[in-house]
Amino acid sequence: MSDFFGDWNALLVLLLAGFLPNEVWRMIGLWLGGGVDEGSEVLVWVRAVATAILAGVIAQILVQPPGALASVPDWLRYAAVAAGFAAFLVTRRSTLAGVVCGELAMLAGKWWIG
Amino acid sequence: MRSVTSTVLTLVLFATYLGIGALAHDSHFSLGWVLASTLFVWAGPAQIILISTLGSGATVVQAAIAVTVSAIRLFPMVVSVLPMLRTPQTKRRQLVLATHFIAVTLWVECFRLLPQVPREHRIAFTHGLGCGLLSVCLFATMLGYGLAANLPQLFGAAILLLTPLAFLLSTARNCRQLADVLALVLGLALFPLISMLHTGVDILISGVSAGTVAYAVHWWREQE
Repeated sequence: MSDFFGDWNALLVLLLAGFLPNEVWRMIGLWLGGGVDEGSEVLVWVRAVATAILAGVIAQILVQPPGALASVPDWLRYAAVAAGFAAFLVTRRSTLAGVVCGELAMLAGKWWIG
Repeated sequence: MRSVTSTVLTLVLFATYLGIGALAHDSHFSLGWVLASTLFVWAGPAQIILISTLGSGATVVQAAIAVTVSAIRLFPMVVSVLPMLRTPQTKRRQLVLATHFIAVTLWVECFRLLPQVPREHRIAFTHGLGCGLLSVCLFATMLGYGLAANLPQLFGAAILLLTPLAFLLSTARNCRQLADVLALVLGLALFPLISMLHTGVDILISGVSAGTVAYAVHWWREQE
């Protein structure tokens, strides 16, 4: 058992640095969001902020790429995402087509660079 | 359960958690630890941040702060999904488990799928979708941990590119109002500018300001 989980210290770290800081936001949402009506104006704003924060996360991964993605040049990352988005529009909003085209564009670009 | 298999995002999640499993292996965490993190944290970016900060020798406090900042996005997600799940009789504790499952994928899928589900079945539907996605991810974490040895760099790059592609397209697909479209575009444009300030909470600043501007435009048009 202790081999599987490692020591109790590591699990405590997971609880303090992983679980709690993350879960607290969900529970605050549950607690404060309790009385909000579907279709209310506040919700339009909240959804806009959630969308914009997510857009920020997307932009961060592209502008400041983590790990292996940093081995792909800037222009190729942006071009791959643009290709994926174009395929998404052409196929009348197919997420699958967009994701596949974006990935293929990145792989083709890497292959072409050598 | 059918909705679990029918979504592209499940594939993306699978690949992302393969990556997380491999990352945990390379950072010398135990298999049980990384599985527990998938189960309890249940947010890809938070887990990547947690594993990479702790793995690079940061203190628990530093890791906790980094995770907290990345997790703020969960708050507006929960607030916007819960009204879709609730009926007038619903008690708050019935929503606790569904709330735990809410992360980017479930948030996007709730907006896509919940309108087709009768309101009184929506909590059960969310539990089913959440458990299905979680099982897929636990399996992927385990597989990634096992395969970690030497995944080629190109494969790693392809996995990491999946996240922004899938997030962008699935969010774009779900845009219902002008405010949503504007929030997405402004959020993408504003982050690179704000990130030059290196505040540590760049995403929060750019997200709240872009979202608020988008809402203001929406409000102004309603008044016309």
